[in-house]
Amino acid sequence: MSKRIDVNNLNVYYSNFLAVEDVSLAIEPKSVTAFIGPSGCGKSTFLRTLNRMHEVIPGARVEGEVLVDGVNLYGDNVDPVTVRRHVGMVFQRPNPFPTMSIAENVLAGVKLNSKRMSRSDADDLVESSLRGANLWEEVKDRLDKPGSSLSGGQQQRLCIARAIAIKPDVLLMDEPCSALDPISTLAIEDLMQELKDEYTIVIVTHNMQQAARVSDRTAFFNIAGTGKPGKLIEMNDTPTMFSTPSEKATEDYISGRFG
Amino acid sequence: MTTTEQSPGTEPASDYGTHPGAIANSIFKYLSTGAGSLILVTLAAVATFLLVEAWPAISAAGGDLGDKVSFIKPEDGQGLLEIIGFLVYGTVLISVIALLIGTPVSIGIALFISHFAPRRVAQGLGYLIDLLAAVPSVVYGLWGVAVLVPFLQPFYQWLADNFGWIPLFAPPESGEVFTGRVALSAGIVLAIMIIPIISAVSREVFLQTPKLHEEAALAMGATRWEMIRMAVFPFGRSGMIGATMLGLGRALGETMAVLMIISPGLTFSSHILQPNQHNTIAAYIALQFPEANALGVNSLITMGLALFLITLLVNMLARWVVSRRSEFSGAN
Repeated sequence: MSKRIDVNNLNVYYSNFLAVEDVSLAIEPKSVTAFIGPSGCGKSTFLRTLNRMHEVIPGARVEGEVLVDGVNLYGDNVDPVTVRRHVGMVFQRPNPFPTMSIAENVLAGVKLNSKRMSRSDADDLVESSLRGANLWEEVKDRLDKPGSSLSGGQQQRLCIARAIAIKPDVLLMDEPCSALDPISTLAIEDLMQELKDEYTIVIVTHNMQQAARVSDRTAFFNIAGTGKPGKLIEMNDTPTMFSTPSEKATEDYISGRFG
Repeated sequence: MTTTEQSPGTEPASDYGTHPGAIANSIFKYLSTGAGSLILVTLAAVATFLLVEAWPAISAAGGDLGDKVSFIKPEDGQGLLEIIGFLVYGTVLISVIALLIGTPVSIGIALFISHFAPRRVAQGLGYLIDLLAAVPSVVYGLWGVAVLVPFLQPFYQWLADNFGWIPLFAPPESGEVFTGRVALSAGIVLAIMIIPIISAVSREVFLQTPKLHEEAALAMGATRWEMIRMAVFPFGRSGMIGATMLGLGRALGETMAVLMIISPGLTFSSHILQPNQHNTIAAYIALQFPEANALGVNSLITMGLALFLITLLVNMLARWVVSRRSEFSGAN
């Protein structure tokens, strides 16, 4: 279920513009890895290369390799659509499908993979996924209501339920709490702690306290200036990063001296 | 604001009374209210005109209308009501053919422009489609008669030879010339005429699909087509219905192209490859109007009233379809 990711010398380009330069890092299975850094440093862009979602933007391309348990996602026989079925993603703003009910939202991804599913199997999966996302108790009586009728935090947990319903190897989260209030944020952070027993979780966050609270390892990205590429400055165990970072730039950033 | 000194007994000059934009704002309010009411007034005026003008024919329909109006022949089964029946049937039949052919093509074009084509191609194609909308219907009619009908004739022949056992494609009676000036040709030309409007509106709707929802679908491993079914179509559903209804409106009311292409007839026949079977309300009115006497004009207006009612019904139906699942629409 949960897999390790090794990134080797990855460059990300938008057409000819180098957005992220020469990133090499390792992401451990069954752990939470946080990417922090100032806006525009390429951490979200880099995150999207882990499930090839960057390719949605015309002209975006990468050089280098991303190995998921040794398999290069950018190999010749790899279909990005299949990659995304194994590496799930949760976005900055909750995005349940407004035209689908809560239950349909949870099953949306599963229906892509397996055409036929018995009614009881589907019901079971809806329940287990919603329980997995700590949302079951709140919505079990209104599964046929539209997903957009939920609060922001509930919608985000619905999106997490939708992502884990397809049982991915890795779960990517792109600032999943930035549009949520503190209570909903806490709910999602608690959820991450439970999910990491089963999944490899990678989270991009602007909130350094959040990175310190939820992650096992932290990577700091930085950018030298506008128009320059983003780079990985350093990566280490989260307690070390927040107490004794080895780079001056990291220390300045986490102590709030810049950014 | 600083309060100025007031001599006792005088009203304090208010700083909060009015502002420079107030007059423009109220002018705009009345203008837009006026524009909105104008629609109602126009609609009421048209409906009243139709009813008043149609009345002499309707009230005479049971009596001696056939003696006074040349094209109404109750003795041949072509009384006013019967003719209206045939024409409503022909109008709906030809419009449905047009929609069945035109809508899928239009949606395809719109999807290609909005989600598949490279940006530069998409823009060029968009202009071309708009250009197609600017071709006058007379020109479509001429083109249909001179180019399309001869071109389609062998295909019709093949269709009649191989699928003639389906009533829809039954060949003309032996002895009749296989002209191709039939309901199917009119439907195809109408389909081409409604493609620009349907595809232009659908394209705009598809482009409005929130990126968030498209990415949500793609991120869980949807292909482009699955993403379109999951995010684009549900979001654009009411827009697509609206676009189709606009197209249907044009098809229902189209006069010239149908008039020029079809060999008219008055029957409830389902044989769309046979000439002299169908006609539409608009084309029939245009055909008979120049030689109609006063009561004849009243009869034709009655047919116009029928067309008006069909269109109204179609639009109400569309509204109802759209509103049925509004709770699930992308709007909230």
